[in-house]
Formats: sequence, C-alpha cells, structure tokens
Amino acid sequence: MTLILSLVVGTLFAGGIYLMLRRSVVKLILGLVLLSHGANLLLFLMGDGLIKARPPFVKPEAGVAPPDSADPLIQALILTAIVISFGLLTFVMALAYRADQAVESDDLDAMTSTDRL
Amino acid sequence: MAHHLFLPLIVPLLSASVATIIVRQHGWVRVIAVAATLFNLGYGAWLLVTIAATGRQVTQAAGWSAPFGITLVADGLSAIMLVLTALLTLVTIGYSFATVDARQERFYYYPLLLLLLFGCSGAFLTGDLFNLYVWFEILLVASFGLITLGGSRGQLEGGLKYVVLNLFGSICFLVGAGLLYGVAGTLNMAHLAERLSTIQDASLVTAVAGFFLVAFGSKAGLAPLFFWLPTSYHTPNIAVTALFGGLLTKVGIYALYRVFGTVFQSELARLAPLILVVAGVTMVVGVIGAMAQVNVRRILAFHIVSQVGYMAMGLGLVSVAGMTAGILFMAHNIVVKTALFLIGGAAEHLTGTGELKQMGGMARREPMLALLWLLASFALVGVPPLTGFFGKLGLIQAGLAQEQWLIVGVAATVSLFTLFSMLKIWNEVFWKKAYSDLSAMPRAGVGLLAPAAVLVAVSIAMGIGAAPTLEYSALAAEQVFDTASLVRDVCGPNGCEAVELAVGH
Repeated sequence: MTLILSLVVGTLFAGGIYLMLRRSVVKLILGLVLLSHGANLLLFLMGDGLIKARPPFVKPEAGVAPPDSADPLIQALILTAIVISFGLLTFVMALAYRADQAVESDDLDAMTSTDRL
Repeated sequence: MAHHLFLPLIVPLLSASVATIIVRQHGWVRVIAVAATLFNLGYGAWLLVTIAATGRQVTQAAGWSAPFGITLVADGLSAIMLVLTALLTLVTIGYSFATVDARQERFYYYPLLLLLLFGCSGAFLTGDLFNLYVWFEILLVASFGLITLGGSRGQLEGGLKYVVLNLFGSICFLVGAGLLYGVAGTLNMAHLAERLSTIQDASLVTAVAGFFLVAFGSKAGLAPLFFWLPTSYHTPNIAVTALFGGLLTKVGIYALYRVFGTVFQSELARLAPLILVVAGVTMVVGVIGAMAQVNVRRILAFHIVSQVGYMAMGLGLVSVAGMTAGILFMAHNIVVKTALFLIGGAAEHLTGTGELKQMGGMARREPMLALLWLLASFALVGVPPLTGFFGKLGLIQAGLAQEQWLIVGVAATVSLFTLFSMLKIWNEVFWKKAYSDLSAMPRAGVGLLAPAAVLVAVSIAMGIGAAPTLEYSALAAEQVFDTASLVRDVCGPNGCEAVELAVGH
C-alpha cells in the first residue's frame, strides 16, 4: 500500500508540474489541483505507516487510544490542508475567470502587460 | 503562562469580523480598523519591553501542554516584527483615508487589511511549524483579496501570477512540513529543535530543509524565485503596494530566520554557502532589474528583491553577529521601504502617473514631499546616521570577521547601484523641470504627507538611537539561536521528550 501510494504521489506531482508548465491558465490551475492532492497524499504517507480499519478513537472505559491505531495528528493536518487548498483553489478559479474576461485569452503569454517596460 | 499572547490575534480577528458585517458604514469601519491596529501597536510595544525585562513569553492554547497542543511563543524577533506590522498597518490605514475610493472600501478593504494583520501577527507568534503554514495561508488569502481589489487588467494579470506562485510555495511548505513530521514525529518547533539534533539520518533532513528553503525563499522573493514580485506589486492601490512592499517579503525572511535559526540549526551550517550565493545573486539581480525600469513603483519593487538579499546574507553568515545585523536591517527596511512607496505613491497620486518621463517639478511644487523622499532614500542607501547605515555596517563587519570577502564586496557594490536608482527617481520626479503646467495639480494634504512623515521620523529615531536598537537586535538574534532555553521555556526543565514519555506515547 505504501508503495502504491508513493507511486500515486509521484505521478500526481509529475502530472501537476507538467500541466503548470503549459501555457493555458486552465491547465495551470489543474496542475495546482494535482500538486495539492499529491501533497495531501504525501502527508498521509507520513503517519505511523498506513493502518487499515484502526481509527484513532479513544474508548471511554480505556481512556487511551488502542496502541496500534492510526496517527490522528496527520489526519487532522490533512483535513486542514484540504480545507485550505479548497478555498484557495476556488479563489484562483474565480481570479482566472476574471483575468480571462479582461484579457480575452487564456494564454499566459498574452498576460504580459505588467512585465513589459 | 502568558495568555495575553492571544490578544494581538483575537483583537484583529474580531474587529475584522465586525467590520465585515457593518462594511457599508464607512466611518465606523475606519474607527474599528484604527482602534484594532492601535491596540496591536501598543501591545507590541509593551511586549518589546516585557521580553527585554523577563525573556521569552510562552503560552499553550487551552492548557494542553507542549508538544501536544498549540503553542504560542514570543521572543525578541517576534516582538520587533509584531510592532512593525502594527505600525505599518496603522500608517497604511491613515494613507488609505486619502487615497482609497469608497467603492473599494465597500468591497471589504479595511476588513482585509485587518485579516492581513491577523495573519502576520499569528505567523510571528506561533511556535508550531504546521500552524505557521496555516498563518501563512491566512495572510496570503487576505493579500490575494487586496492585490486584486479593483479588478483592473494589470491587477488581474499580476494577481494571477502572484497567487499561483505563492500557492506553489505553499505546497512546497506543506510537503516539507509533512516530510519533517515523517522524519521527526513532531511539528512543535522546540520539540523539533530537540529531536533533530539527535537524528542519525541527516541526508533526509537536508532534503526537507531544501523544501523549506524553496518555500520561504519564494515568499521572501529570493533569486530565482522572485518573479511574482515585480510583476504584481505595482498594480494595486498605492497603500496596498506600500504595505506589501514593506511587510510581506519580510514575513518570508522571518520564517527563514526562525526555521533555519532554531529548527534546522545543523542544516543551516551545511546550507550556508548556498544561502550566501543566493543572497548575492538576489542583491545583484534586484538592483540591475531596477536600473532598467522607468516607473516609480516598479523601480522600488525591484529594490525590495535586492534588499531581501541583504537579509538572507544575515542568515547565511550563520553567526549571532550576522543575524543581529540581519534583524536590524530588516527592521530598518520594513520602515523605510514603506515610506518610499508612500512618498513615490503620493507623487504618482498627484500627477496621475508613475512613469518617470511624464513626471517632474515636484521639488518646487511639493517641497515637503521632496524632503521626505530625500531622507528616506538616503536611509535606504545607507547614509549615516540614518538606519540603513547601521544595518549594512553590521552585515559587512560580520562578513569581514568571517572572511566572506565575496559577499561583502557584492553587498558594498550593490549599495552604490541603489544610490543610482534613488537618484534617478529624485532627478526625474522631483528635480527636473515639469513638462506640463503643474498649477492645476492638487496639493499634497496632510493625509498624504503625515503617514510617510511618521515612518521617516521612526527611521531617523532608529538611526539616532542606534545603540538600543542594535542591542535589542542582538538580544533577538541570541534568542533565535538559543534552542536550549527555548525547549526549557516551552516544555519545561526536562525538555519535550520527557513530557511525551511521561504521557506514555
């Protein structure tokens, strides 16, 4: 499972960077989406190994989580990161839509008016 | 437990919320914005004094003991940054009264400024790496809103690049934080500092440090990751440019100081040559980029890049002396850079253009503005007894003491080119004859002059009172490097490891 997830993370990063290097704004955003998914999965891998069907729930009578349960901290981190990237990507999409309207092109090479002397 | 550390976070957050709800009542929103910022300024000043007297201030959210809960830590560097952030926000708000139109105020201009203050203050106070990531995102979201507020074509184009490249930096940060958790099993900075010193497999830690270097370097505007900066910083409101130019890149530098000075101390020694090369290249590229520009704000934007190089040099020297000078230079630069943007922006606001060719005659028309420019630009270049001199002197002395001849030579040479650019703006905007009749141009009122005058006065005061400023920077630098006392302050006398064992992980 760790090996499969590692390959998935690598593929997501590679695909994300490839898409970001294209000229289209839409592909740029899709690339960012893939990259943030890759980062979230990578966080997932960084827990105490991948543990199946052992949620980190504390039994009230025991008072502590079972010793071989999954790492709850990493899940909290991923949840936070997902929420943040969701919000930010929504903003980027709205921004790209407005930029597309203003420039009348989704080609990044057409968006150089602030760089030219 | 110093629970008061939550105050500079709660006050901006609450006031931003209230200001969002009553955003149409412009008068009240302004009052709230000023009151919240004044509170943070006063609190920051109090914190400066408290830390000098009693040392580091630490608190744990909801009483969860470190390293399990959310830790807030304030040391000298945090206090300096907190005070300067509040000062800049206050000055920017004052400047906005005269320059920002009612339409933008209605679109949450002041609430966004308060959220930016909230995010920056949090980033300066947090003692946890993942929380630092979250604070970064908060301040980035607020800055995204501010930089695109107005929605002109230039803002949308520049804003898109700003947003995308900053998001890329954030993803690098997240990956670095994740890997670090995998390596060390904690994200509390004190606990990390304790654990990383005992970790055997250093190569993985070096790779993780590389991720952080890229993440913070792209936010700070280090070469070759600075391209989002000169393409976007000249597009929004002048007030927003001034605040961003003074503050945002320095949050990246703060994170570099904090994370590499405290957490990755052993890696810092290994990466120091790379950091020094990056610092030198950043200085040179920024200053050469500025020479090619013919627009006031674009020249100043490239100079931000150049000066970030000096701050990185302070880190790359890996010594208390270097860090002291770096902190002093950063404090100076935050104040002076914003002052320059405000003054150049005032000239732009009055003439209606920032292109050097179409400006002129401002010295005769607005002598006060010209005087302020002269003082601020001399401070930037480093003419004694203004602040820039002491920062650069400290950096060059530390560099010479460590026999880093090359970076010292680059730093000294780049100063001359900085002078060239400042004189270019002086000649074109202020000194040369106006091509057109300026008598119809509006006069610079108190609203335009006072904010810049405040900052110039602060800069002069910091220069005249160089001895206490330098002393405080030295205290801050020592606290950044002193991990042993950090662990003691955060986790108690036995260290974080003992706390974790006691709970029975």
